[in-house]
Amino acid sequence: MDNDTLQHKMRELKTQFPALNQTVYGRPLVYLDNAATTQKPQRVIDSISEYYSKWNANIHRGAHYLANASTEKFEATRTALAEMLHANFREEIIFTQGSTDSVNMLSTILENEVNEGDEIWVTEMEHHANFVPWQVLAEKKKAVFRYIPMTPSGEWDLEYAKKELGNKAKIVAFNYVSNALGTINPVHELIALAKNAGAYVVVDGAQAVGHFNINVQELNFDFFLFSAHKMYGPTGLGVLWGRRELLEKLPPYRYGGEMIKKVSVTGTTFNILPFKYESGTPNIEAVIAFSESISFCKEVGRENMHAHEYSLLKAATERLKEIEGAVVYADLQNKVGVLSFNIEGIHSADIGTLLDQQGVAVRTGHHCTQPLWEKLGTTGSVRASFACYNTIEEVELFIEALKKSVNMLR
Amino acid sequence: MIEQKQQEIIEEFAFFEEWMHKYEHIIELGKEMKGLTDDEKKDDLLVAGCQSKVWLKASLQENGTVNLEADSDAIITRGLVALVVSVFDNETPQDILNANIHFMNDIGLVSNLSQTRSNGLAAMVKQILLYATVFQAQQKSN
Repeated sequence: MDNDTLQHKMRELKTQFPALNQTVYGRPLVYLDNAATTQKPQRVIDSISEYYSKWNANIHRGAHYLANASTEKFEATRTALAEMLHANFREEIIFTQGSTDSVNMLSTILENEVNEGDEIWVTEMEHHANFVPWQVLAEKKKAVFRYIPMTPSGEWDLEYAKKELGNKAKIVAFNYVSNALGTINPVHELIALAKNAGAYVVVDGAQAVGHFNINVQELNFDFFLFSAHKMYGPTGLGVLWGRRELLEKLPPYRYGGEMIKKVSVTGTTFNILPFKYESGTPNIEAVIAFSESISFCKEVGRENMHAHEYSLLKAATERLKEIEGAVVYADLQNKVGVLSFNIEGIHSADIGTLLDQQGVAVRTGHHCTQPLWEKLGTTGSVRASFACYNTIEEVELFIEALKKSVNMLR
Repeated sequence: MIEQKQQEIIEEFAFFEEWMHKYEHIIELGKEMKGLTDDEKKDDLLVAGCQSKVWLKASLQENGTVNLEADSDAIITRGLVALVVSVFDNETPQDILNANIHFMNDIGLVSNLSQTRSNGLAAMVKQILLYATVFQAQQKSN
């Protein structure tokens, strides 16, 4: 697809997102906070509404028509996810409350696998959600918490990993894409290193799933997790994919209904996968509506999304450099549509406030990655992040609004 | 007095029809404020800060009123901090504790002060009230 055809195709998408067609403070909304959460297409919103209008019943009980219908729709999403991720088995897909919940679940069920003196590795680039749970686990088990440093250009220091990451490593957890910088990390290399060391490999895909296809078989990691709301789906829903043999072996996370096989006063046996990890009534409407996000991404094509977002990123990066004192972080080739920057002498929060007044929504601050900013010698940045529905005109509006803000602040 | 100062601020801001002018004024106030020295901007004076930081220094003066000095690393927050300081500065602990602070909402810059965690203003006001409580207790014990 050439660039004009692609732009044209993407331009039509915006009309499917009602939240984008509004004004804030009397100005058209330019939504560039997509790395925090994406807006939802009408079909996802309709699906949630339809669920409560027609299908609401508790699932997996099967005593009546509605229960069967909602169970079927719920499980259809699991099947769609297994297909999306190229999983071998659909029961490898576990529904959670989000990426943070998925990591907390993993750091709990892997607890008995970690012994005193073992090493738990993360990278300096991690979101706090994939950093703190592992740090706490290491403390609890008297294990050694280690990290792969980040270079000033916003990439992993793989040379360090090659030297230091050895067979003491028990768990290696890292993000596929940096939420603060947009860097697409060389995960194949780190997975190979971690696998050679005999460690469990946990990949945080929260910032990846909305931009490119993932094949869990090909990637050869052990666990992969992400949130529905970062790929045009509902909030409060996450996915954890794990190798079946591992999930079968590891203990349950939360105890309660649904996850049991048999309960008696003398003892309880646990249900098979995936129910072993899905205690209690789940976020049914979100799971059902999520199938619409999955098909939306498939129909638009993640390769188209990425190509389009990347062209917006390139245009925005070039225009940004026209502004005196602009500092772009991770100005790399291998990135998703995330532009993280500062203007010398101006606080990111001030820029965010004035952009907001002009209808431009961005994120400012540390983006829940304080170790990363400490490495870069600052406390945070302005982050503009693009999604498939953003347009080149919005890039222009953003740059114009930014220039105006900078002029006011200087 | 606190109420009168708030009314003056509200009237001052009523002149600005454009958001830009309102913010330009806030930025100006931020630039004009004396603020704290770098030595004073240490963690023990830090009241809060998720995105921008706010430092606050308070002392009880001989005439029984409270002296306030403050600062922020972001200029817009600094301007808002200057407004908060101007309202409470040189007032007695009793008057500070009795005050109904409403000017932030009225000038349309902070839609809900208590929920605005990110710029540290809510924490600053809370800290001022805390100081006032302590100073009032000191005055009574003297």
